[in-house]
Amino acid sequence: MTRVITSTSRGLWSRLGTTGLVYLALVVLLAASAVYVATRGGNLFTTANTVDLFTRSSLLGFLAIGQTLVILCRSLDLSVGYVAALSTVVAATTMAGDPSRILLGVGAALGLAALIGLANGLVVTRLRVNPFITTLGMGLIIKGYLDTNFQGPAGAIPAAFQTFGYTRIGVLPVSTLVMLVLAAAAVVFLHRTRTGYHMYAVGGDAEVARLSGVRAGVPTVTAHVLCSVMAGVAGLLLAARFGTGSATVYGNGYELEAIAAVVLGGTYLLGGRGGVAGTIAGVFILATLDTVFNVLAVDPFVKDVMRGVIVIAAVAVYARGQHSRAAVRVRFPSGGAPPPPVPDPRPQPEPEPLGGRR
Amino acid sequence: MTPPTTTPPDVRRRGPGALAALGRGGTATVALLLVLIFVVIATQNPSFFEGPPLMAFAKKASPLVILAIGQYLVIVSGEFDLSVGSLVGAQVVIAARLIDGEESMTLPVIGVMLAFGLLVGLVNGLVTTLLRVPSIITTLGTMLILFGAVRYWTGGAPTGALSEAFRVPGRGGVEDLPFLGQLPWALVIAAVLAVAGVFLMRSPYGRSLIATGDNDVAAAFSGVRVWRVRTLAFVGSSLLATVAAVLIGGYAGVTAQVGQGLEFTAITAVVLGGVVLGGGRGTVVAAVLGALTVEALFTLFNQLYLPSTIQPTVQGVIIIAAVAYAARRGELRLPERLRRRPDHPTEQPLGSSRR
Repeated sequence: MTRVITSTSRGLWSRLGTTGLVYLALVVLLAASAVYVATRGGNLFTTANTVDLFTRSSLLGFLAIGQTLVILCRSLDLSVGYVAALSTVVAATTMAGDPSRILLGVGAALGLAALIGLANGLVVTRLRVNPFITTLGMGLIIKGYLDTNFQGPAGAIPAAFQTFGYTRIGVLPVSTLVMLVLAAAAVVFLHRTRTGYHMYAVGGDAEVARLSGVRAGVPTVTAHVLCSVMAGVAGLLLAARFGTGSATVYGNGYELEAIAAVVLGGTYLLGGRGGVAGTIAGVFILATLDTVFNVLAVDPFVKDVMRGVIVIAAVAVYARGQHSRAAVRVRFPSGGAPPPPVPDPRPQPEPEPLGGRR
Repeated sequence: MTPPTTTPPDVRRRGPGALAALGRGGTATVALLLVLIFVVIATQNPSFFEGPPLMAFAKKASPLVILAIGQYLVIVSGEFDLSVGSLVGAQVVIAARLIDGEESMTLPVIGVMLAFGLLVGLVNGLVTTLLRVPSIITTLGTMLILFGAVRYWTGGAPTGALSEAFRVPGRGGVEDLPFLGQLPWALVIAAVLAVAGVFLMRSPYGRSLIATGDNDVAAAFSGVRVWRVRTLAFVGSSLLATVAAVLIGGYAGVTAQVGQGLEFTAITAVVLGGVVLGGGRGTVVAAVLGALTVEALFTLFNQLYLPSTIQPTVQGVIIIAAVAYAARRGELRLPERLRRRPDHPTEQPLGSSRR
């Protein structure tokens, strides 16, 4: 995957944009995995495997969509795993197995998640605490609460709500469909609403945004609230799958995986560039890898190693594209490392970075 | 540069308003906080300051102090190191597996561990500086890689055993002293490293490191080789994590969970010391005091019989409160800095090349 990007990027980068490249990488990865699995005598696209791939992507998708919004604002949310765990517990204990309390349970879980997001956002914007610290601290606070009060599974999810976790239409699980709909909503939100635009502005340069009349706090707080609510949705999905509230799901490293998906999707970690469409591709890349590892029965610990390597490598590739494009052109005009692409796009990339970035 | 004096730099800067500095969020504030916690501990348990309990506390706190010094180096240069917890775990497991109870293997294996720490630090540093991957992602990746690789290597659960000699630094000490009882080696090692850290930060390298953290573009134009300075900070952090691993392994033995969450505790300690995330401000002494404060708080909770599960909550509140407190100071200074920026003719291209 990474090799493909490096060798073709110079020409493609300007034409496809980062998002296009991520989708290209996804397609290449899918094709390569399918071929590889086939040579090992398997089939990547059996119904079971496809369902597995989609199921994996839905949970990560919810978390990553929210994380994208936050990262676009040059913030970060490390508390999503804990919020999701809290949401499973709140939903399960509120519903307590009673189908008539489903709405109440969903409302309570998402409402609490929204409050946590609001607190995160206000601490980041009003108290000017580094978002890394804010959300890390918030995560630790929730962890302490969960560890102290819930040792085992808590509450029960009525069967009617468990269908959210298991129903599927053909090979497409309902949860994945919901995730894709929310992703589409997030894309529209980012490109069609004022707050969405302001998120890019604040992430690009908060001071410039402020001087241009954007109230810098509003988009950031909104992003944090939405991110926590999405984490709450992820928690609801987990609860629906488990049939009970499980406080310990925070230990699965969801927040790091979500950040990895966002970054893989081409969203710039320092804000202001990227989008939800790329994130979804990043989510599917990670889900594909997981599914392939599963099909090939790779040791779960090797999975962690591969994931770490892939994330670092992917970000390194993006960093090359974003940082040194100007430098590369000056430094290697005659015979340097990257083979010069078609001659005519040379002058074109010049205005593109500004237009595309900010 | 400056004539060597015994007062730390921030004390000199403080000048007449020494009392005011107590509230300013720097070294003095965290020292005050530490004293307050010690006073509360003393009221709960008057025998705490009788020597042996104090030394036991020092022994337990030493690894965190060492980790905090390492994390300080990285944070003051404007980066993060999230891999130290995983690294500590990996090193302890490596030690147990390679030593496997064999006394003669102790020193060679410690050498292997140091080399491994050096390698991890180099990878972290070079990937962050030369490949320009944000350090959060780099060290997050290393954290995953170490976590997975070590468990894959040992088949999921740590195997082997540590030798007695290996456990001496973490457990042993100079015995039979009057009053103190035992002076733990861990305390000696931590103190030596802290003093070395103070001198390091006064050396040209330390000043380059702080300059880099404050403004890497300006530092680069002043002749600092930013990539080298930062890479060395990562190497330092990994090496110190290795030392901490030796102490932790000796003190607590080998488990699969060893090291888990230590990176965040170390960051909490550093931040509590008033070291600013993003780099350029804070002292080694403050980081050390921060580590002691965190450990003292945990001790206090034990004495109050609070459930240990509540510790994360308190840690979370502290870390947010400490940074909010520090940011409150920054509010006064920030507008002035921002006002100066547009006048700087070269600000625009520099700002964009920095990204």
